[in-house]
Amino acid sequence: MSEHGEGHILGYSTLVTVWLALLVLTALTVAVSRLDLGAVNIWAAIGIACVKTSLVVAFFMHMKYENRLFRGFLLIALVTLITFIGLTFFDVLYR
Amino acid sequence: MNEAVHHKDYQGAKLGMWLFLFTELLLFGGLFILYGVYLNRYPEEFVEGGDQLNVLFGGGNTVVLLTSSLTVATSISALQKGNRKLCLGMLGVTIAAALLFLLNKFFEWSAKIGHGIYPGSPHLKEMAHGESVFFGLYYITTGLHGIHVLLGAGILTWVSLLVRNGKVNQGDFVTLENAGLYWHLVDLIWIFIFPLYYLIL
Repeated sequence: MSEHGEGHILGYSTLVTVWLALLVLTALTVAVSRLDLGAVNIWAAIGIACVKTSLVVAFFMHMKYENRLFRGFLLIALVTLITFIGLTFFDVLYR
Repeated sequence: MNEAVHHKDYQGAKLGMWLFLFTELLLFGGLFILYGVYLNRYPEEFVEGGDQLNVLFGGGNTVVLLTSSLTVATSISALQKGNRKLCLGMLGVTIAAALLFLLNKFFEWSAKIGHGIYPGSPHLKEMAHGESVFFGLYYITTGLHGIHVLLGAGILTWVSLLVRNGKVNQGDFVTLENAGLYWHLVDLIWIFIFPLYYLIL
């Protein structure tokens, strides 16, 4: 298998482990949302969603095994999005 | 499995798919920015709106999509290992999950519309301004996401036909990989929609 040009094949057990982790994180995000933590609630929700996203991107979408070019592109896309979000809130919050 | 079989540019094909996914990210990113701005302006109304969404529908659909992400990833591993039967089975489960998601969405939207909550409805106009903004964003975001689910189901059906007739196989599977990437993106967007719309308290 490993002599294949593209190399890596994800094992079934790895995939199932990632899936279980995603289910646990989903239960966690529901549990946290039932607590009244004020402004922390929304940040906890976004934080857990980011962890879930990282798991999906790294394993299910194979990013962990892609070369640096792919990661560089992903970084540019994320920085662009975060810049948009940042500039929007800079305007909205201090208007 | 060697260079002779590989006359496709795998890296190029996948990079192209990722570039497309980035445009999708920015599309939905815009909707999430709108959500953030209006949450900041109408925090109480958004909580009122979120309270009216059914966590069971949202949570159930989260589990459906996460599981379908697992099955599509498994179908790729299966084909890479030469197990065509398992690959087709897993693709079938993924497509069934997509349809189940849409069925849930149908019941959820039907219930909301039955309560007079739909874009432009008289009931929505009587609500607080922030609440009608919440439901407007809810419909456009979940609606656009729903269209992606529908398209994803179509793409996965097409790819499973290609696997069935051998055009996509153990030595040439980039089409399946790219279809899988698209499906995972659909899952990723829902990972954010679920807590932001259904769990806000």
